[in-house]
Amino acid sequence: MFGLFFKVFSTPDYVVSVADIKSEEAEVFEVGQKLEKYIKKLFKGSLAIREVDAGSDNSVEQELVALSNPFYDVERFGVRFVASPRHADMLMVTGPVTRNMKEALKRAYHATPNPKIVVAVGDDAINGGIYKHSYAVEDGAESTVPVDYHIPGDPPSPMTILRHLLLILEVIDEKKT
Amino acid sequence: MAYIILWIIQLLLIPLFSPLCVGIIRKIKARMQNRQGASIFQPYKDLWKLLHKDEVISQDASWVFRFAPFVVFGATLAAAAGIPTVTILMAQSFTSDIIVFIGVLAVGTFFLALAGMDTGSAFGGFGSSREMTISALAEGGLMFSLLALAFLAETTNLFGIAEAMASSVFALASLLPIGLAFGGFFIALLAETARFPFDNPATHLELTMIHEAMILEYSGKRLALMEWASANKLMIFMTLGASVFFPFGIDFSLSAVGITMGMLAWGVKIFVFCCAIAILESSMAKLRFFRLPDLLLISFILSVVAIGLIIA
Amino acid sequence: MNTIIGAQEGFFVLIGLFLIGALGSLALYRNAVLANIWSFFFAMIGSLWGIAFSLLCLQAPYALEIEALLSHSPLLSLSFTIDKLSGFFLFTISLIALFCSLYGMGYARQFFGRYNLGTLGFFYNIFICGMMLVVSSSNSVLFLFAWELMSLASYFLVIYEHKEESNVRAGFRYFIMMHIGTAFVVFAFLLLFKFTGSFSFASIGEQIALVPALAQSIIFFCALIGFGMKAGIIPLHTWLPAAHPAAPSFVSALMSGVMIKTGIYMMIRVFLDMFSAIPEWWGLVVLAVGAISSLLGVLYALNEHDLKRLLAYHSIENIGIILLGLGSAMTFLSFDMPELAVIGIIAALFHTLNHATFKSLLFLSAGSVISQTHTRNIEELGGIAKRMPATAFLFLIGAMAISALPPLNGFFSEWLTFQTLFQGVSSLDAISKWLFLLSAGSLALTSGLAIACFVKAFGVTFLARPRSHEAEHAAESSFSLIFSMGLLAGMIMLLGIFAGTIASFLREIANALINSSSVPQVFNSSFEGIHIGGFAEVSSLGIAGVLAGSILVIAMMVKYGVKRNQKVSIGSTWDCGVDLTSRMEITGTGFSRSLILIFKGILKPTKQTGIEYSDADSRYLPKVRTIAFGLADVYKEYIENPVYNLLVSISEWTKRFQGGNLNAYIMYIFVALLIVLIASLL
Repeated sequence: MFGLFFKVFSTPDYVVSVADIKSEEAEVFEVGQKLEKYIKKLFKGSLAIREVDAGSDNSVEQELVALSNPFYDVERFGVRFVASPRHADMLMVTGPVTRNMKEALKRAYHATPNPKIVVAVGDDAINGGIYKHSYAVEDGAESTVPVDYHIPGDPPSPMTILRHLLLILEVIDEKKT
Repeated sequence: MAYIILWIIQLLLIPLFSPLCVGIIRKIKARMQNRQGASIFQPYKDLWKLLHKDEVISQDASWVFRFAPFVVFGATLAAAAGIPTVTILMAQSFTSDIIVFIGVLAVGTFFLALAGMDTGSAFGGFGSSREMTISALAEGGLMFSLLALAFLAETTNLFGIAEAMASSVFALASLLPIGLAFGGFFIALLAETARFPFDNPATHLELTMIHEAMILEYSGKRLALMEWASANKLMIFMTLGASVFFPFGIDFSLSAVGITMGMLAWGVKIFVFCCAIAILESSMAKLRFFRLPDLLLISFILSVVAIGLIIA
Repeated sequence: MNTIIGAQEGFFVLIGLFLIGALGSLALYRNAVLANIWSFFFAMIGSLWGIAFSLLCLQAPYALEIEALLSHSPLLSLSFTIDKLSGFFLFTISLIALFCSLYGMGYARQFFGRYNLGTLGFFYNIFICGMMLVVSSSNSVLFLFAWELMSLASYFLVIYEHKEESNVRAGFRYFIMMHIGTAFVVFAFLLLFKFTGSFSFASIGEQIALVPALAQSIIFFCALIGFGMKAGIIPLHTWLPAAHPAAPSFVSALMSGVMIKTGIYMMIRVFLDMFSAIPEWWGLVVLAVGAISSLLGVLYALNEHDLKRLLAYHSIENIGIILLGLGSAMTFLSFDMPELAVIGIIAALFHTLNHATFKSLLFLSAGSVISQTHTRNIEELGGIAKRMPATAFLFLIGAMAISALPPLNGFFSEWLTFQTLFQGVSSLDAISKWLFLLSAGSLALTSGLAIACFVKAFGVTFLARPRSHEAEHAAESSFSLIFSMGLLAGMIMLLGIFAGTIASFLREIANALINSSSVPQVFNSSFEGIHIGGFAEVSSLGIAGVLAGSILVIAMMVKYGVKRNQKVSIGSTWDCGVDLTSRMEITGTGFSRSLILIFKGILKPTKQTGIEYSDADSRYLPKVRTIAFGLADVYKEYIENPVYNLLVSISEWTKRFQGGNLNAYIMYIFVALLIVLIASLL
């Protein structure tokens, strides 16, 4: 246990010191600050996201999970990933909605309380992506639930997801005023 | 009159500051994981947002589901009314008995478990089953650890115990039973407030949840009440441990200086408890479910040994 | 008015009312409706009279003594003594009988056409009458007569629904065990007669010093076994979970609520009233028996999925708790600390009253659920809270009371039991201290497990989705059933709020029992609270007020403090995309299996699997798999079977003497004559 503590306190903040990392960090921080401002204004400071895997190939999930690592650390901006759709404000749908997951996605949508936002993350969720026109998929989340926003990419990098999330919040803010 | 105002202030301290405790624990855990983590006021924002959201209630749920959050929260408020927080001079004889304290918290646990079973989801059901198993076994350790101090102080009133512990100087020989009793109490604290190694409050895996599984079906303001009640329970246990086992700085005289010193001392002690829990959570894994009764038995045995050293 | 009711005649009127009810009901056996109304009406009038009579007796400063000598033989004197202890038990019996009779009038309608209501009314009234005679008789022979009357009447009530084979078997087991217990009691009273020369309780009490120590110990064990078998202590309890579910629900309520308390009454009468200087180990034995009974009772209850068997095991648990109070009182008396013994007696008596009320409520509401759904198995119930909301609410009140949750009455009697155990830990010598401490630990564990068991019982029966067709179509019960249960629930809440006042009444009874009114009082109670020395205090009104106040405050704040434009919509349970059927809810067996596996050393769980193949020859495709979880029956294996085998082997051996050979019989007569001749010469 003490070896663990020693490791915790002696590990530097980043392992690879490259100049690019610093600028990326700065960009994450800048986007994140603006994100935090909008979240405070629109969602009373806390945005709960539930990620629904509608038959995805897990590429988008890995990017979404990367949002919680020490580099991006989206929790510090007020964004939380929750386990149950009942606790969520925003549903992030990933995957091209396979036929087996169509009903599950619909139920997840109806289980989420209002006000809610549905975001289709990744090209697969937007229009089927590389699985378009397959017999096993429904070609995107639009076929099953009313989608409000898209985040394109196959898969979108965590930075892209953050930037697009900021854009989404700006659009919501404009719509409100 | 001053008593009543002070009692109300003391009562409000716990619900007001309990989300802050949860925030501090999360922040310390995040820093230990080498990341920034959310701000310490984030739980307040979460609760505020949840209070303004709509709710979706399952059609299988009955009136027990609808009323349980109010009963659970009310039980934590009633328990908070009876513990020494800042001062020991409350003329409190009705909810400050050890057994009454445990009984009032048991009302909350009873309705929480029923609410978990009410929607008929598989997760809620086994969450209730596990919660009742842990709670049944932890009650012995909790009661006996407080009982050790009760025999030392010759009263089972919590305020009386705090006063006796604060005002008497104990020989070195008494420090051992107090320490053992605190060990038993700390294990019972972790069990009742669903922290490591009993339960992971931040998990997304329903199969490993105990407390979270029972509130999976709640949304909106009822969810806010349930999460707040769970934060209250954490704060109540930490306050009890701080005031009864380490009553340094607690107010005796109802003067302004005394009250301020009492509040400061309370804040520092709570902060130390939060650090301890956060460090414990960052350094150990959750135990397998069938190893938890052994841990609770250790808590009971530590308390019995402490009592044995005191009464013999 | 008071003098009329409270006098000797009042007692005979009381007995007379029940006898009229019984005989009239038997006379009306051809007309079910009239017999029903007649018997339960007289039972209710008798109970009301009994409540008034017992309250008056409790107020009286002296005991009511009634002597009706029928002959000059000491064996046949009808003498009753109604002192404060008897009055308290009479009050409990009458109170519960009142509510059960009110319930029974509506409940018994389901027996029209199937069974004879005249006999139901007859045995029901005789049963209540027998119980009242038991707690008021003051002569051993009369007591045994009343005891037997009570047992026989309850036996016929247990086998009332005789078309079910299991009920008849349960009744048979009950009959055998009752008489074994009665045999021990008879032996104890015979020993007492031998040494004190009297059958009257009062004179036995005065001359108890004539009994030598060894005989006292034998009497103690016989009384403990005999009355304990009636009360249902472990390991003599096996009739309880068989007999209580077999009887009609209002009879189960009476049996569980008051009949087993008559065993407690006699234990108090014999150990505290008749014996004046008891050795220390008696109290410790009773304490140990109480601790074991309570812990094992609740552990066995966790395993049950028959609703009434579950409640029967909880009765065993609560008898254990009462015995904890009684045992500690006996120990304090033997160490000459009557001021502390008072607390123990008050705890035992208060828990007796409380258990009678909430166990009856639980049995009555279980009965109304079972009569609607025609199954006792909770694994086939579910969702009843939405279909029978009043019954569900009343069962919840009963469940909260038995789990000792404040502010209901069960909490205060358990608080008192804890306090008396704590007093023992701080005031007694080394061995007793540790026994008291371990008993307190077992009581803490028991109360936690009781909460778990009632979460299971209430949750699986009433919540979530119905698991069978009958559960889905259950309808709310009739008015008389709900009214009687509601009155009981009101009684429970009143007893909880006025716990302090009730405790001060019980203190009078305890003082009368052990003559401790002149001793400095450690225990003080009044309307606003109960105080025990400087050690502990509790206020029932305060707890109720704080709890109710907090819940109201938070409800008001959330409803009116936060902006009020949130909508609540009804959806389906979040099921992660799979269809949720009733088979996916937690079952009662699954709920408690973790606890049973944790305690597997004590409980010895068993698992049996079975498999049925589609094609029995090529066993590749299973059609049905069954798995049965159970507990090994240690009492049958280690107590009943060995005794049975011993008796059978003795019988087999003595069978050899009855060979049928006439010459052998003549030789027996000759040998016997020879022995008698020789013995008379010596």
